[in-house]
Amino acid sequence: MAIDTLIEARGLTKKYDDFLAVDNIDFEIYRGECCGFLGPNGAGKTTTIKMIHCVLPPASGSLTVVGLSVSEKAREIKKMTGVAPQEDNLDPDFSVITNLSVYARYFDIPKNAAIKRAEELLRFAQLEEKRDVVISQLSTGMKRRLILARALINEPQILLLDEPTTGLDPQGRHLIWDKIRTLKKQGVTIILTTHYMDEAAALCDRLLIMDNGKIIEEGTPAELVKKHIGEEVLEVDFDEDEMKLLKDKFPLARLEVVSDRIHVFTNEPHGAFESYIRDFPRKGAIVRTANLEDVFLKLTGRKLRE
Amino acid sequence: MTKRDSIRSNFSLPELTYRVWKVWRRNFDVFMKTYKVNFFPPMLEPIFYLLGFGLGLGAFVSQNIPGGSLIKFIAPGLVSMSIMYSAFFECTYGSFVRMYYQKTFDAIIATPISMEEVIAGELLWGATRSLISSSIVLCVVAAFGLISSPLVLLIPFVAFCGGLMFSGIAMCFTSLAPNIDFFNYPAFLFITPMLLLGGTFFPLPQAAQLPATVFLPLTNVVLLNRGLMFGNLDTSLLINIAWIIPVTIVFFILSINAMKKKLIK
Repeated sequence: MAIDTLIEARGLTKKYDDFLAVDNIDFEIYRGECCGFLGPNGAGKTTTIKMIHCVLPPASGSLTVVGLSVSEKAREIKKMTGVAPQEDNLDPDFSVITNLSVYARYFDIPKNAAIKRAEELLRFAQLEEKRDVVISQLSTGMKRRLILARALINEPQILLLDEPTTGLDPQGRHLIWDKIRTLKKQGVTIILTTHYMDEAAALCDRLLIMDNGKIIEEGTPAELVKKHIGEEVLEVDFDEDEMKLLKDKFPLARLEVVSDRIHVFTNEPHGAFESYIRDFPRKGAIVRTANLEDVFLKLTGRKLRE
Repeated sequence: MTKRDSIRSNFSLPELTYRVWKVWRRNFDVFMKTYKVNFFPPMLEPIFYLLGFGLGLGAFVSQNIPGGSLIKFIAPGLVSMSIMYSAFFECTYGSFVRMYYQKTFDAIIATPISMEEVIAGELLWGATRSLISSSIVLCVVAAFGLISSPLVLLIPFVAFCGGLMFSGIAMCFTSLAPNIDFFNYPAFLFITPMLLLGGTFFPLPQAAQLPATVFLPLTNVVLLNRGLMFGNLDTSLLINIAWIIPVTIVFFILSINAMKKKLIK
């Protein structure tokens, strides 16, 4: 194992009855990075996260965290890991501060230290004013921040964030992003899952794209965009003649029709589309920078997964 | 896994540490937050039973009742009823809400506490609820002057152990429950008939005594409590003790394994 590999999976598999949720995957997570798992619903992201924090036993393969096997050293791994799950599992019977102090007790943190840590985390999550409020009175954004704060109670070196900003307004999302960046600067290794490509691009050093239980691609956000899409995308309103013209003009390009618009993906360098638009002005034609969403849809298709 | 291994795994010994008490403590803290609701109704309920069944119905009962009067006869029954009810409802509805609706178990197992420890903590908490409620009932019964032996001081031990037994049985139902309405089955078809027919409110006829002792957990608890409350120590009480202890142990282990299988796929 390389010195900076924190988590290593080899042939990791998880089966539920006849359904293969995670299908023989290999991956590494390096110390101090922020690594994102992307994938449509049911791709196996959450199952993978749950195996990393030792609440789901793998069916086969090996999974180690700091060299410790998840099936043998669950307690040691959980001690150094913080988890912010997808669903709200805050304790509705307690106030905000008690949620943190009771959680600290589960980690054997002594009472005084727990209260001190909890107060710090409330400041960090900007929830000081809600200290003694019951959970049902918090907004969705506040709950997400409290779940993040709770995940930090044991000062974890590994932080697992399962869709940390789903359902939040833009202000709420940016606040969470800000917190995640701060934690990363402090050296915490972060693994997150998300459905938001802008989130993945903004936060992650490296991405693992999953589909149907397999890892189908990995790389930095910029690498993936460059490799699969190129630099720019041309979008034009759909009609038959336009389609023919584009095929002549960009014979190597991939053309895709999405809700009455033609998307043109090509590896041609920056500026190729500009001159096309100038030579053949079209209503509604735009040239935009290629992004992760283009990559994601190319790799996982446009079909709904429900 | 063969069928035999699967059956054997239901009885494998859970690995438990001191962390069980952290789960217990979480429930205790919630209980103390709403202590008024938790102490007051359990104090009033036995008074209504004593008035209604003991004095009201008791005035019409002319037959020879062990203990001298119906009110005296049902007093240990009411203590036993609270032991059964507290543990049973805590580890069915209570645990189900924490497990399914509040996701409290999921939150706890993300910390160094294991699922086995969560369930064991729930069971011990159920037993503690039995201890608390039955002690309240015992005080009420004492205030009515219905206690005639210092052996009554042993009843809290019966309450905790009996409570643990009912917690284990209840948790087995929870492991089978697909939804919360499922608990209507054990509540109406197991708990209520046992309360009404198990020797709580009237002395069991000779022919029913043996089957009730063999099959009904409550009957064993009631007989033990009645003996202790009135100071009638009888060797037959050893049978009740010998019944309760192994059943408690078996259901403690069985329910932890069943819940683990349900929750960790």
